[in-house]
Parts: sequence; structure tokens; C-alpha cells
Amino acid sequence: MGSTPEFGRRELIRRAAALGVAAVPAMGLLSACASGGGDDSDNKQVSKGTKSAKNPLAVNEKAALDVVIFDGGFGQQYAKDAEAEYKRAYPSAEVKHSATQDIAPQLQPRFNGGTPPDLIDNSGAKQMDMGTLVGQNQLTDLNALLDAPSVDDPGKKVRDTLRPGVVEMGQFDGDQTWILYYAYTVYGVWYSKTNLAKLDAQYPETWDEMLKVCEAAKKKGIAGWTYAGKYPYYIPFSLYPFIGKIGGVEVLNRIDNLEPNAWKDPAVKAAFEAYYELYRKGYILQGTPGLDHIQSQTAWNEGKALFIPNGSWVENESKKTTPKDFRMAVGAPSSLDKNDKLPFGTLWASGGEPFIVPRHAKNPQGGMELLRIMLGRKSSQNFIKAVSSLTSFNGGTEGLVLPPGLASCQEALDKAGKNVLNPRLQDWYVALEKEKIGVGALGEMMAGRLTPDEAIKKIQKFADDTARDSSVKKYKHK
Amino acid sequence: MQHGKYRFIAGFLLVPLAVYGIFVISPFVQAIYYSFTNWTGLSGDFRVTGLENYQRLWHDEVFWKAVGHNVLLLLLLPLLTLGLGLFFAFMLNVGGRRRKNAAVAGVRGSGVYKIIYFFPQVLSLAIVALLFQFAYNPNSGAINSFLSAIGLDSVKPDWLGDPKLALWCVTAVMVWSNVGFYVVLFSAGMASIPKDFYEAALLDGANRLQTFFRITLPLLWDTVQTGWVYMGIMALDGFAFIQIMTMGPGGPDYSTELLSYYLYTKAFRDGQAGYATTVGVALLIVTMIFAGIVMKLGRRERLEF
Repeated sequence: MGSTPEFGRRELIRRAAALGVAAVPAMGLLSACASGGGDDSDNKQVSKGTKSAKNPLAVNEKAALDVVIFDGGFGQQYAKDAEAEYKRAYPSAEVKHSATQDIAPQLQPRFNGGTPPDLIDNSGAKQMDMGTLVGQNQLTDLNALLDAPSVDDPGKKVRDTLRPGVVEMGQFDGDQTWILYYAYTVYGVWYSKTNLAKLDAQYPETWDEMLKVCEAAKKKGIAGWTYAGKYPYYIPFSLYPFIGKIGGVEVLNRIDNLEPNAWKDPAVKAAFEAYYELYRKGYILQGTPGLDHIQSQTAWNEGKALFIPNGSWVENESKKTTPKDFRMAVGAPSSLDKNDKLPFGTLWASGGEPFIVPRHAKNPQGGMELLRIMLGRKSSQNFIKAVSSLTSFNGGTEGLVLPPGLASCQEALDKAGKNVLNPRLQDWYVALEKEKIGVGALGEMMAGRLTPDEAIKKIQKFADDTARDSSVKKYKHK
Repeated sequence: MQHGKYRFIAGFLLVPLAVYGIFVISPFVQAIYYSFTNWTGLSGDFRVTGLENYQRLWHDEVFWKAVGHNVLLLLLLPLLTLGLGLFFAFMLNVGGRRRKNAAVAGVRGSGVYKIIYFFPQVLSLAIVALLFQFAYNPNSGAINSFLSAIGLDSVKPDWLGDPKLALWCVTAVMVWSNVGFYVVLFSAGMASIPKDFYEAALLDGANRLQTFFRITLPLLWDTVQTGWVYMGIMALDGFAFIQIMTMGPGGPDYSTELLSYYLYTKAFRDGQAGYATTVGVALLIVTMIFAGIVMKLGRRERLEF
């Protein structure tokens, strides 16, 4: 080559390329949100306002309010409406509203920098890990809100207007309430009354009937079940209450507590084997392991499958693909046999859409006040009407014509009475529930690649590993 | 004189080097530091835990699975993409039937093909991944619908839902979306190879295979090497495809877990940013090894023409 042997142009480019290779992969991205600051920013908070009957939380009337909403299945309009109410109560306050699906990537840097918003709907696939937030002492105790009088009735505390179990769900190991779940979700086996009627069938109350209905459907070329194969952690929505129904609530509690051999309980095996039979007898819609939640719901809407494990958000989420005469409904898990510990009707229902007020929020009172407004009758009704889901406010359905799915939720809750289950794995140990139990075992079993025994063995190992993992914060049922 | 030259070059590079230092090098150093802490990524307080994260990494089965997949991709992806790219480019430029007035020519309609090959490059990765996710839908996707249409109803795989096939499905999409770029790149490279070489070779009775291995490939080696580096980067990243297309994502049963996606879940889902940076450091090491090997293998006599 020419006269500059040490600095050949190509050589330079090649070296630059080598450096580039080293630089490109994702490593650098993490430090973009490097820590620093945020240690003690309590002094940055706005001063409290004057406490009055109208303003029991002593909200600073002029302070700005910063709200971040998860823009998912429920959208964001309900929050905007509540913010308008807030604005009516505190006209000089400025309300900053933002909505995103990228909760963690957008808010994690703000937590690190000590400038989090005042109220967050920490939901969706990219939610921030609740256990870590609580463990790191990043949240405001919401008991002040729960003990404040409700918007509708000054004689009643907010706490007493909520549905059963909601407050407990927001507590971790002490008396503080860190999270307020706004939506109230009913989990179970979702079906179409119309499609069942075409087979001269009703929702099967026993597993034998379930198999019969599936067999009848199969003869007509319809599958019995489908599920979100891409996200197999939808299967527990009907499987866990099934386990609880067979073996009693203690079985689920032991599982949540990560007790040794909790999964080896006969109730777990019985439930797993029942579900595995659906696969063995060919009642699962062909290709289900490759479908995501929308695709599986659409197949179900199209009548290709009768049943799908899901939560009550499905009615809103699948609105566009649901035929008019679908008559969507939710069923509690069928009875396996006479020895089931809990009666038919036993249901999994619990809070969804976890709202949190960060400890270092500038205006925590404002955040709680907005929640207080949202938990009032007016905002709850608005939510129910807009997105056809119940809220944690115990009521709000009076005088409304509920869409079929929601009406069936209400019926199912009435029928369940006290027998409402609330397995906690999905909020206590997200990684364990979703990627290990869900994708790693249940999805494999329902696709026929693991037998129930193998799946149980695998899950027990996953649970034991989590129990041993010191980097995961542990919780226990009280 | 030699001395002055370094200084001269350094003078020009001062600003870019400073920018590089602040935005690339310093985050690297910080990330390495964080890999020795139990930082959650959710608050400013953390403590140094020494080698704990690395010990955990060593015993982390999922991590090793991810490394395995990354290495597999690192070997396969460049080989497949560049191989196909070379083949197509050769056919488009040299592989055609001999015509009058031209020693070498591409197959008929090569101009059109060139444009078609480049199409996927215009689409963003997210769209490509999404499109293929639909195509792979076992129930109503294009591929299985095609299989039923030609009477192969009995063999309708679950594609992304099958741990044995999932990673191959993703690899195929990565190859598909990249091969067009290399066809164009190699075509440009081949165009600059003097036609007399081919003419001479043909006169000596060389067939297409021989012209390819004796003339085209050696003279194109530099370009191939650059392509290799870029495909290596693709293979080490692959995040978008995994995140959008695969089950779980990362599954089924960890069959498509890659380091970049594992890092992301640890940092942004599980609130274990410290551990995630440890995974990042591991990724850096893999990358360095790859870069080293490429540089070593690439050193080879340059052909002047």
C-alpha cells in the first residue's frame, strides 16, 4: 500500500469497527438511568393545605398534581374524568396527566432521580416490581387515605366502602397499605352462552360434564378450550381456583408461601391431570401453543373454541371481535368430584390496576385525594360504564345496564359469596409465576410436552429455587 | 515526524473522543461498577456485594441457556446470511448465461430482483417481527394456511410455540430481513471487480463455481469481513425479535432466551439492575471474544487490483 503503512485508511476503519462491535450491544443502556440523588427529597414536598370536611387529606389547593396512567385494556379516559373532578375541587391546581404502556422504562429513572410522579397506575407487562418498590421503601402508606371519609358519605371511611380483600392485597408484611387496586377483576373460565346453547349445553358444573361438552363440540369440529399460548400464565386464571376448590384455600396459601412440597399436594395433581386430559383427548384448539392473548381471544370469539381462561378485562379487550349475540359469561371452575373442599361457585376475584403513591412524590396528598375521588360512586360508575369492569368500590352497578360479561361477573360474585380466592403468586413473585411456572411448565404441559407429574416436579423446583434466592423478597399469608 | 502525526490526528479526534468517552466509555465503567452491587434500579441506595452477582450468574441455568443461544446465533447467522447474500449477489451479477458483448452477466431480470431483495431492509425490525408473528400463527397464519392448502393438514407445526423450532423460526426471520442488504452490498463490491478477470478465467475454461471461489470471493473478502462484523452485532443483540415474536417472551421453556432479553427482564421486570449489569458484563466479554476472533481470522494478505 501507499506511504502511510501505520495508518492505512482501511486499517483505521477496521479498528473503528472493532470498537464499534464492542460498543453496540445493550450494555450501555442500563447506566443511562444510573443512580444518584434521590436519597432524601422529603424536603422537596409541597406544604400541606388546610384540613377541612371537604379536604380531609389537607391537600395543598395550589400544588400541581402529576399523574401517570397505564394505557392498557382500560385506556386512560376514566383517569382523565377523575382528574377533571379534582380540578373542579381545586381549581388552582394544575394537573399533569400522562399515559403510557412503558411504565418501568419511563418511571424507573424518575424514581432513581428522586422525582417520581404523585400517582401511578403501575400496571401492564412493564410494571415496576412491587416487592422491590416496597422493600426499598419507595411508597407512601395509603392508610391515611383509607381512614379518610369517603367522597359520597362523610360518615363512612374509604376503607369501609371497598370490596372484600382489596385492602389486604395492598399490604405486604406490616399494617401499611402500599397499593390500592382500583379495578376489580373476576378470573375464571370464560365462554359464550350462545355457542354453548348451539350444542344444547349449559356451563358444565362438574368436570365430567365439561369433558362431555368438549366431546360434543369436537364432533362438530369445534375445540373445547383455547388459551393464550404465548403467555401461558393465563392458564392459572382458571387452574388456581380449580386447585383451591379441590383442596381448599390452604393449598393455595402454602403455594404462595413457597412452602416445601406445596405443589406435591394431591389437589394440585388432580387439577393438573384434569387439564392435561383436555390435551390428551384433543380438546385444545389446534395451534393454541403459538397464539398470543389477542389471537386466542379472537379464535374464541369466532366460535372455534368454547372455553378460555381469562380475566374480566377480556370483555373490553375483545370488544371489536366479539359478535353481537355472543352473550359472554364467566364460569367458576367446575367441580372435579364430590370430595372437593369448596362448593361450586368458588371463584378467583381480586384487585387489578395497582395504584401507588411514591414516597418521594412532591404532592402525595394530591395523589391520594385523586384516588379518593376515583373511589367515589360517580367515578366508579363512570369506570364501569366506560370499560365494563368493576372497581374496588363496593357498588356502583345500581341502575346501570351492565354488558353481558360484566353482569355475569356480578352474578358469579354473588354466587361465590365468601368463597372468593386470591392466589398471590402473580403479584408477589412475578418471575416465578410468569416465566417459570407459566411459560416453563404449564405451557409445556398443555402443549403435551410435559406430563402432569413432570410439570409438578419442575414447578416445585422453580418454587424451591425462588425460596432459596436471597435477591427475591419473600412474603407470607397472614 | 512520526510523533507529530499522532498529535495531528489526536487533535482532530479530541471532540469526538470526548463525546465517546462521556457517552460510551463512562457508562461502561459505571455498569461494571454496578455489577458488584445489589442496586435494584428503583432507588438510589444500594450496597456493594462483591462477587455475589457473579457467583449467582455462574449457577444460573437460564443465563447459560442464553449464552448458548447467543453463541449459536453468532455462528449461524453470519454464515447463513452472508452465504445466501453472496450466492444471490453472484447470481445477479455473474451467474447468468453468457450474452453477446458481455463477458459476464446476471440472471435475467436481475435488476428487478435486486430491488425486491432490498425490500425487507426498508421495513423496521418491529414490523418485520410482527408480520412474521402473524405468519407463524399456527391457527390461521400464512405458513400453516399454505400447508393446509397443499394438503399437508397433518403437519402443522406450532412454530414459535414449539421449543424445538422456536429459535430456528427467529433465525429464519433474522436472515430474511438482513440478506437483502448484503445482496446489494456484495453486488456493489462485485461491480468493482474488473470484468477482464472473469473473461480470462472463462477463456481458460473455468466454470461458475471456480470463478466464484477463485475470483469473486477473494476479491470481495474485505466486504465479507465487514458484513461478518455487522451480522455478529445482530446476533448478539436480537432483542427486538425476541421481545416481539417469541412466546413468553423468551420461550417456550427458555428456548429463545438471549442475553440481551435476559438482561432486560432482570433490570426492568424483576428490579435487579445490579444483576442485570452483571449479565451485561458477561455480554461484553462474549462480544470481546467475538471481536478478537474476527480480527484474528480477518488478517490476511490484501489483494490489490
